[in-house]
Amino acid sequence: MKKYTYTEKKDTRSGFGDGLTELGRENPNVVALCADLTGSLKMNQFEKENPDRFFQVGIAEANMIGIAAGMTIGGKIPFTGTFANFSTGRVYDQIRQSVAYSDKNVKICASHAGLTLGEDGATHQILEDIGMMKMLPGMTVINPCDYNQTKQATKAIANHKGPVYLRFGRPAVPVFMNEEFIIGKAIMLNEGTDVSIFATGHLVWEAIQAGEILEQKGINAEIINIHTIKPLDEKAILASANKTKCIVTAEEHMINGGLGDSIAQVISRKNPMPIEYVGVNDTFGESGTPAQLMEKYGLSADAIVKAAEKAISRKS
Amino acid sequence: MPTIIELEKITSQVRRDIVRMVHAVNSGHPGGSLGCSDYLVALYFEIMNHTPNPFDMDGKNQDLFFLSNGHISPVFYSVLARSGYFNVNELKTFRKLNSRLQGHPTTHEGLEGVRMSSGSLGQGLSVAIGAAQTKKLNNDNSLVYSLHGDGELQEGQIWEAAMYAAHNKIDNLISCIDYNQQQIDGSIQDVLDLGNLKDKWQAFGWQVLEMNGNKMEEILSIMETAKNLTGKGCPIMVIMKTEMGQGVDFMMGSHKWHGVAPNDEQLATALAQLEETLGDY
Repeated sequence: MKKYTYTEKKDTRSGFGDGLTELGRENPNVVALCADLTGSLKMNQFEKENPDRFFQVGIAEANMIGIAAGMTIGGKIPFTGTFANFSTGRVYDQIRQSVAYSDKNVKICASHAGLTLGEDGATHQILEDIGMMKMLPGMTVINPCDYNQTKQATKAIANHKGPVYLRFGRPAVPVFMNEEFIIGKAIMLNEGTDVSIFATGHLVWEAIQAGEILEQKGINAEIINIHTIKPLDEKAILASANKTKCIVTAEEHMINGGLGDSIAQVISRKNPMPIEYVGVNDTFGESGTPAQLMEKYGLSADAIVKAAEKAISRKS
Repeated sequence: MPTIIELEKITSQVRRDIVRMVHAVNSGHPGGSLGCSDYLVALYFEIMNHTPNPFDMDGKNQDLFFLSNGHISPVFYSVLARSGYFNVNELKTFRKLNSRLQGHPTTHEGLEGVRMSSGSLGQGLSVAIGAAQTKKLNNDNSLVYSLHGDGELQEGQIWEAAMYAAHNKIDNLISCIDYNQQQIDGSIQDVLDLGNLKDKWQAFGWQVLEMNGNKMEEILSIMETAKNLTGKGCPIMVIMKTEMGQGVDFMMGSHKWHGVAPNDEQLATALAQLEETLGDY
């Protein structure tokens, strides 16, 4: 098992904020909009350096999405920032009509996704956002795993023409990713032979921890980071699955509509085999610390280990 | 520069196009389309500075128009075609399979002249504001226009946008409400009363003008006044009184022709009231 270490923990939202700040310096067409959560989204530095290109819209997310769509006409590249719940569920129709169906170059940047938002509870812990966004034709959906990857992704999407949903989170998590981020290209973290673990977002670090536990049990896990849920790197997924013959998917999202769903579609068409899903199983979240919630809802390294063992046991 | 009589002749042809398009597919929205024909002809043939061909999505240094109440697509398509964005013969494809003229306007099929999809109501004001802000960022002094239904004002997003535009001094935007006081289920007063519209928009910080949207001379005059009010720190709203179904006697005075197509006999009656001035497609 390849060793992954970290020297610090940082929040992925800071990766977004720092990436956006660099974009502000490098690309005069990048503009940013925020719905009264500038500090939470770490957009303060961009605002400070580019007051003319920062737009505070107040608590009015529908209006924010519409304004962003309109701003693209004339060549601007708008980045909208609010919590993931208010970035998607609250404004699904605005995104659908004014952004996706209108082919507008808007970057919807969503923080505090999933259970790790913590104590605020289920009203804010959206676990359906990946599903909603991936269903929209033409939408690119990205869920980076750490500070470095989020920063890279933030910069990469400015150069991608078309609507993008970029999902990140609140808690400080290990900074370990040094691989180059390319939209739509999976990252091999550990080559293995017994089971393929496809993980996204905060669950990537858990997958690495699971790989180490599995190694002690004599199981050689292949671990792949799928940061781009759409378009999905089918080639990398099939290459791995064809080798290991069983799969575990891991994500901080509802099993319905998430990364696992997308992978299952590919596998069922091309090479059916056992798949186990680590994700939230058709339930809302609740208040608690991020660590407590991830444990209670089964989004941990231990849960990935159990899922891997089950998937392996189901191999014919 | 066309005279008022010439603009009225174009409008008559546009109204013919509308009833013929809707009749041909037995679906679509003639009422609001007929009511807004004068305004859209005035915009595209006189008021706006725009380049139909080649069409440029970014529209830099051109005035831009956004149709927020997308269901009145027949009048939008007719005016776009008649002003040179695409061939008038394409009006034949309205609402048919594989057409660029979808039931509600979209950019998705690459139809020249359409810069935003609309149909789900309440979104176009935000979009127009965004486009207006980009014009300011680009030091582009041209203007942005938008049209909204009165029933559409029941959508909350409109008022989010109204607040934002005043706060941010979006003074290169001239929006317009088609105030025909009808919606699908009946009169606005019966369904959900908008109250005093002028007071509402003024209270939201907009400069408000009123006009009769079925009188060409008044449209030109009031829109000129509106233009002269731009650049003064305030967004501008024109409350435009229109008659749903204007120009076709049996379609006027009720909400019944909001989304109903005429049959063969009704089409003939309608066409007899509308002079063919530019040649039917």
